[in-house]
Amino acid sequence: MAKRFKVIFDRERCKGCELCRSFCPKQIIAMDTQVNAKGYCPAMITDQESCIGCQSCATVCPDCAIEIYQLEEGEA
Amino acid sequence: MGLLGKTIGVAPIGCSVVAHQFMNVDMCEAAHGRAPAVASGIRRVHPERVVFTYQGDGDLASIGMGEIVHAAARGEKFTTFFINNGIYGMTGGQMAPTTLIGQRSTTSVDGRTREQAGMPLKICELLATLDGPDYIERVSLDSPAHIRAAKKAVRKAFEYQLAGKGFTFVELLSTCPTNWGLTPPEAMKRMREEVAAYYPLGVYKDTGKEAE
Amino acid sequence: MSEKVLMKGNEAFAEAVIRGGVRFYFGYPITPQSEIPEFMSRELPKRGGKFLQAESELGAINMAYGCGAAGGNGFISSSSPGIALMQEGMSFLCGAEVPVTLLNVSRGGPGIGSIQPGQADYNQVTRGGGNGDYRIPVFAPASIQEAVDILYEAPGIADKYRNPVMVLADGLMGQMMEPVVLPEPRHAFTSEEIPAAKPWAISGSEKGERSVVKSLRLQPEVLEAHVEHLYEKYAEMEKELERVECENLEGAEVVFVAFGTMARLAREAMEMLEAQGIKAGMIRPISLWPYPYKAFDGIDFNTTKAVISVELSMGQMLQDINLGVKGRVPVRLIHRVGGMLPTSLEVVEKTKKIYKRHAARQHQLLSRLHPRRRTPHHHGDAG
Repeated sequence: MAKRFKVIFDRERCKGCELCRSFCPKQIIAMDTQVNAKGYCPAMITDQESCIGCQSCATVCPDCAIEIYQLEEGEA
Repeated sequence: MGLLGKTIGVAPIGCSVVAHQFMNVDMCEAAHGRAPAVASGIRRVHPERVVFTYQGDGDLASIGMGEIVHAAARGEKFTTFFINNGIYGMTGGQMAPTTLIGQRSTTSVDGRTREQAGMPLKICELLATLDGPDYIERVSLDSPAHIRAAKKAVRKAFEYQLAGKGFTFVELLSTCPTNWGLTPPEAMKRMREEVAAYYPLGVYKDTGKEAE
Repeated sequence: MSEKVLMKGNEAFAEAVIRGGVRFYFGYPITPQSEIPEFMSRELPKRGGKFLQAESELGAINMAYGCGAAGGNGFISSSSPGIALMQEGMSFLCGAEVPVTLLNVSRGGPGIGSIQPGQADYNQVTRGGGNGDYRIPVFAPASIQEAVDILYEAPGIADKYRNPVMVLADGLMGQMMEPVVLPEPRHAFTSEEIPAAKPWAISGSEKGERSVVKSLRLQPEVLEAHVEHLYEKYAEMEKELERVECENLEGAEVVFVAFGTMARLAREAMEMLEAQGIKAGMIRPISLWPYPYKAFDGIDFNTTKAVISVELSMGQMLQDINLGVKGRVPVRLIHRVGGMLPTSLEVVEKTKKIYKRHAARQHQLLSRLHPRRRTPHHHGDAG
C-alpha cells in the first residue's frame, strides 16, 4: 500500500508568500480565501490523499509553518 | 550536529542584525562589516568552540571587505555564511556591491550600469584566490533541491571547523522579494535564471577534496 | 616579589598590562607606539596569551570587542589617528558593555599631523568621537611608574564596569627610560574559567541561559532604560575613579594645570619660579574623565592671580578648567603644538608675563572697587 501523509499548515505563522504552492509537484496547495489574524491568505492543502511526502513545501517555507507526518496504516 | 551548547555566533548590521533572536546560541552583534574581526577576537579566547558569522552583501562585500579578506587570508578557524540577495534590504532597497547590471534599486532607478557603478563583486571567486580558506562554496536558496544542497554545504563547513580546518565560507544566493519588487515565486525564478547565471553555483575551494 | 628595573616606556606599558591580567593583544602598527605590538608578539605567547596583528585599526578594535564579549581581557594600543579610527568601536563597546583596556600614545594632529608628542587628543578621548551617549574613563599618567600602576589596574576597572578604560600617554613617555617597580602578576582567566567568572560573556557553554552581547535596542523605551543604566554606571565611575594631585596650592600666586609630560615640565617651572620669588602651585588631573573639578575649590583665591593651563594643544583642556575655576580667577594658556615642546624656561618667562599683567590688573580693579580701602598692603600683595 502506498505511503500516506498528513500536511499541517500553521495558519497564523503563514504570510501567504505562495512559495509552497509554486513548488508543490502535485499542485495540491492553494491559498485560503479567509485571511489569518495578520491579514494574509494562508496556504492550505486541497487534496491530502495525493500528497507524496516530498517535503518541498516545508523546505522552501521561510517561516517554518509546515509540518508533514507520515500516517500509519488506518490512521486518518 | 550537537553544536548547540558549544557555538558562538556573530550577527552583522543589516536585515540580519536581529539574527540572535532566531538562533538559540550565544551571540553578539558586530559593527557594520566587522563581524570577521569580532569572530577573530572570539576565536582567540575560545579556541575550542564553534564560531560563525552571518553577513549580508552590504555588510560583507562593501563596508566589510577588508575584514573578510584578511580573516580568510589568515585562515581563521570560523565559518562565514554570506547571504547575497544583491540589495540593501534594511535601509530600503539601495544598490549593493552585488547588485546585477541592469537591476533596479532605489539608488539605480534605471538599473545599475557599468559606467556609473562598476561591476558586481564575485566574492567566492575572489576569496578562492587566497591560500587561507579551506572550503568555499556558493549555493542558492531557489528551490527545494538547492535548499537541501545548501544545508549540506552548511553542515560541511561546520564539519571542517570541527575537524580543525581553517576558514570556511558558504555564500547563499537569496531573494529579497520586497526590494526586488517581485512576488516570492517570481523572485525565486529570477534567482534561478538571472542571478545564478552571474554567480555560478559550485565549490570554489575544498582542501579536503584536494587532499583525497 | 616586586622588582625595580630600568625600562623604556612602551615596553613598561606592555609589561604592566600583562601583569594586570591581559592575555590578548590586537593592534596595528603606528608611530610612536610600535614597540608595544612588537613586545606583545614576543611576550604574550610565552605567557599563555595571544597576539594578533590586525588589518587596520577598525579590525583591531573589533577584534578586541569580540575578545571582550567572549570574556577575554583584551588590550589595544595605538596613537591619535589610529584612535580616531577606533571611535566607532568604542561606541559599540560602551553600548554593548564590553570591557577592554586601551592605550593612546598620542601624537600631533589634525590629520596625519606629526609623529612628535602632542596632547591634542584631549577632546577626542574625553568627549569621544563615537555616536551616542557614552563615557570612557581616561587616565593620563605623568611618569612611567604611574603609567605602569594605572595600566596594571586598568583591566580590573574595565571588568568591574564592563566598559573600556583608556590610558593616555604621549610619544615622549613612550620613548623615555625610567626605573620602575613592576607589580606582581595577577591571575588571568582561562577560557574554562570564563563561563563562571563572566556569565554574561558569549562563551558558547551550556550554562543555562544563553548570552547575547548587543547594543541594538529598537524599542525607544528599552534603549532609554539602557542609556539610563549606562549613566548610573558612569555616575559610579565619577565617584570612584576621579584622580588628581595638587601641589603648593596654599598661598600660590599662580596655579598651573597640566597632565602627562606637561605636568613634569610645569613642576620644573614651579621650582624655577619659586627661586625667583613667585610662588606657583599645580593641579595635575590624573583622570581626565572623570575630571577633578572639585580640586579647583582648593585654589587659594586670596593669593592666586591666574590659573595657567600648560598644554601641547591649542587649549583643549581650558573648557574643563573653566568649569572648575567658575570665573573666580582668570584662566590663561601656555601652549606649543605641532610636536614642539616648550622649555621650562619658556614656561617660566610666559608665566611671569601673565603674572605681572594680572597682578597689575587685580590691583587696578581693587582700587576701583574699594577706593577707601586702598592701602599700601594691597600694593604689596599685588606686587
